[in-house]
Amino acid sequence: MSKRRVVVTGMGIISPVGNDIATAWKNVVEGNSSIGPVTSFDASAYATRIAGEVHDFDPVEAYFAGTDTPDDERRAIAKDFKRMDPFIHYGIVAGTHALRQSGLVIDGRNAARIGIAAGAGIGGLHTIESTALELAEKGPRKVSPFYVPSSIINMVAGNLSIYHGIKGPNIALVSACTTAAHNIGMAMRLIQYGDADAMLAGGAEFATTPTAMAGFCSAKAMSTRNDDPTHASRPWDTGRDGFLLSNGAGMLMLEEYEFAKARGANILAELSGFGMSGDAYHITAPSGEGAELAMRNALHDAQLQPSQVQYVNAHSTSTQVGDLGEAKAIRNVFGDHATQKGKFAVSSTKSVTGHLLGAAGGVEAIFSIMALREGVLPPTMNLVDVDPEVAALGMDLVPNKAEPAGIEVAMSNSFGFGGTNGTLVFRRV
Amino acid sequence: MSTIEERVKKIVIEQLGVKEDEVTANASFVDDLGADSLDTVELVMALEEEFETEIPDEEAEKITTVQQAVDYIKAHTKD
Repeated sequence: MSKRRVVVTGMGIISPVGNDIATAWKNVVEGNSSIGPVTSFDASAYATRIAGEVHDFDPVEAYFAGTDTPDDERRAIAKDFKRMDPFIHYGIVAGTHALRQSGLVIDGRNAARIGIAAGAGIGGLHTIESTALELAEKGPRKVSPFYVPSSIINMVAGNLSIYHGIKGPNIALVSACTTAAHNIGMAMRLIQYGDADAMLAGGAEFATTPTAMAGFCSAKAMSTRNDDPTHASRPWDTGRDGFLLSNGAGMLMLEEYEFAKARGANILAELSGFGMSGDAYHITAPSGEGAELAMRNALHDAQLQPSQVQYVNAHSTSTQVGDLGEAKAIRNVFGDHATQKGKFAVSSTKSVTGHLLGAAGGVEAIFSIMALREGVLPPTMNLVDVDPEVAALGMDLVPNKAEPAGIEVAMSNSFGFGGTNGTLVFRRV
Repeated sequence: MSTIEERVKKIVIEQLGVKEDEVTANASFVDDLGADSLDTVELVMALEEEFETEIPDEEAEKITTVQQAVDYIKAHTKD
């Protein structure tokens, strides 16, 4: 079976570096870190007291941004939004922005051919925590009837379907920090296989909650550079000491190529490859081998040779083991091509954004597409003293300053707890 | 101190996201104010909280309009 081609026609982002594509991209290219003190709860007793929170975000205002919507409709949405976990707000708004950018009009003829694949790594923990406390204090009669639908992971997909009349496949894959990449990749498969002609796909997260932060602190997974938050996320730097937890969402509008072309859509890039793998190794530590396999599978799927890729947006989150493992995996997959400065580069935009967990693959897919379209490689910030083992691999890590580059193919990696890996390949159209 | 009518009306406006002038005494939560079954459960919970009372489920089911809510509160609280 010859595969149907899948293209990207819309993008939506909510993130610590901005709540629209232009702002977020500008901050990532300029290396303006968004990490700061946690404000969503009192974190004074925590080993890590810094994170990447979303700022200047009113979900109702953001949902209707740029539209002329009557007050009645705004009031109805405002009522719904009061009963949703923040991760659902982020996902709905990012998905809606992606749909609007695509210009796709959903009507009775096409609604059943358009679907949604959007998940979260953790989901409605904020709501789950506060409801558990309420239950303990006031008893079961005081638990809201909206508790379950305001916290479960598939409600980004569910609500987007309701608001926009999207009647095709409606799913939410959950795979920790690979969530968004997997949702995008599987949405691509649904389009290729003919289950849908268009899919909104990505992930959302709001995990700066008391129990999630405490758990990551206990696992010693996060940076404790509390006195210097903007320099805390430093992938591949010798001084790296863990990731920075961030909130937000990244969503893509994907369409079958002929479907998009027929309606005169503005095509942003082609999603040409997707690869997955499992580590079979450890619950939190990566094997490295799994990362390699995901990248090789994605290249095979895209029918590309390693030498045809010019940029990898790495998963690297600023942890000792993970960063080195991925760097080695990339060097293994791309061989000597990986050392050709000017022809190949790797960077981690998490140095600026922090780690958006289940949304990371979505926002990084967006940055990979922007790199293709703008001919700019976003930098790895805070790369002052490169880990000697990483430096020995001889790859351009785009240290501290964006680089201009005419690139045709960009790859985006996502790896998650449980040993779950996903790689996406985007191509200029 | 607001009257019971005013306090009930305020809760209905907040819970159901409706305009003040829609909340007439005889307005039905479901038929006139667009509430679904989950909304009505949460509305009753909000009334319980505001008036520090407990409304049994079989009584709650009978409260379908603004006036019925006001009447119930008046009959069951000391205000």
